[in-house]
Amino acid sequence: MRRLALLAALWLAAGPAHAIDSGPAFADPAQQERYEVLIQELRCLVCQNQSIADSNATLASDLRREVRELMEAGRTDAEIRSYMTDRYGDFVLYRPPFSARTWLLWAAPGLLLIGGLAAAIVVVLRRARVARNNPASLDEDADPS
Amino acid sequence: MKGALRFLLPAAAFLVLAVFLYIGLFQDPGRIESPLIGKAAPAFSLESLGDPAWKVGSDDFAGKPWLLNVWATWCAGCRDEHDALLAIARENRLPMMGLNSWDDRALALQWLTELGNPYVSVAFDPEGRTAIDWGVYGAPETFLIGADGRVLHKLIGPMTPEIWQRDFLPLLAAGSGP
Repeated sequence: MRRLALLAALWLAAGPAHAIDSGPAFADPAQQERYEVLIQELRCLVCQNQSIADSNATLASDLRREVRELMEAGRTDAEIRSYMTDRYGDFVLYRPPFSARTWLLWAAPGLLLIGGLAAAIVVVLRRARVARNNPASLDEDADPS
Repeated sequence: MKGALRFLLPAAAFLVLAVFLYIGLFQDPGRIESPLIGKAAPAFSLESLGDPAWKVGSDDFAGKPWLLNVWATWCAGCRDEHDALLAIARENRLPMMGLNSWDDRALALQWLTELGNPYVSVAFDPEGRTAIDWGVYGAPETFLIGADGRVLHKLIGPMTPEIWQRDFLPLLAAGSGP
């Protein structure tokens, strides 16, 4: 039993080793982390619901190569992102920039929250007023006995 | 009035949602609008597929409109569109350059021998670097570049005579006008 648990633990730990990216890691751990964040944020356009970090499509591995080379050339994250959007459009970013086309997308959660709050406030105030004017009316759902 | 609103509000919300979803039904998420349209065509100079000593580049046809067709032998859509490309080449309206990306030189040459060659020249891009520069994410893709060196149009997917006549010819006529 204990051996089985050990095996399971080892198997789970081996998960990250199955990474798609076969390129060599950066010598500097900070650079490696930057690289991993960047490739997680870029969409693979062939397999659109995967990032280029998750995909083993040819295009994804070539785009990882581009990211790696741009980093080695000393480009900033913003420069690398705009390199990608200049070629593939905002769609390549999993976090699209706030623009005339995307404001609704970004604002939607806030707008929905405000709408919900407004609706809740209206309902609460209305019930409070009804309760003040006619306390018995609140029992209308109750058993009419 | 209040009762009507109570009914109308959810109905309106539903309608808006339904319209969005309905539009979504007919949109192909595989077709991504190219940010290159209207911009200068990315420059390249690559080995010719047939002769490594010969350079094929983006300014070979400078000053006149031309087509760039991205293809590879592993691409099924490229085989589908090949007859349409040959027909376009026979029209002799404008030069077509091939960009052979992510491919094998011998296989690509064999393909052209077997199926016919619609291209004036073919640039060899085995690592897909030029294709990435052009924002290519799947072959076949066909670009129309204007006389001023700007990208006028991009087709993702196989060319057909209908698409050629509907989407490309009008742009070509407009571009070569007064």
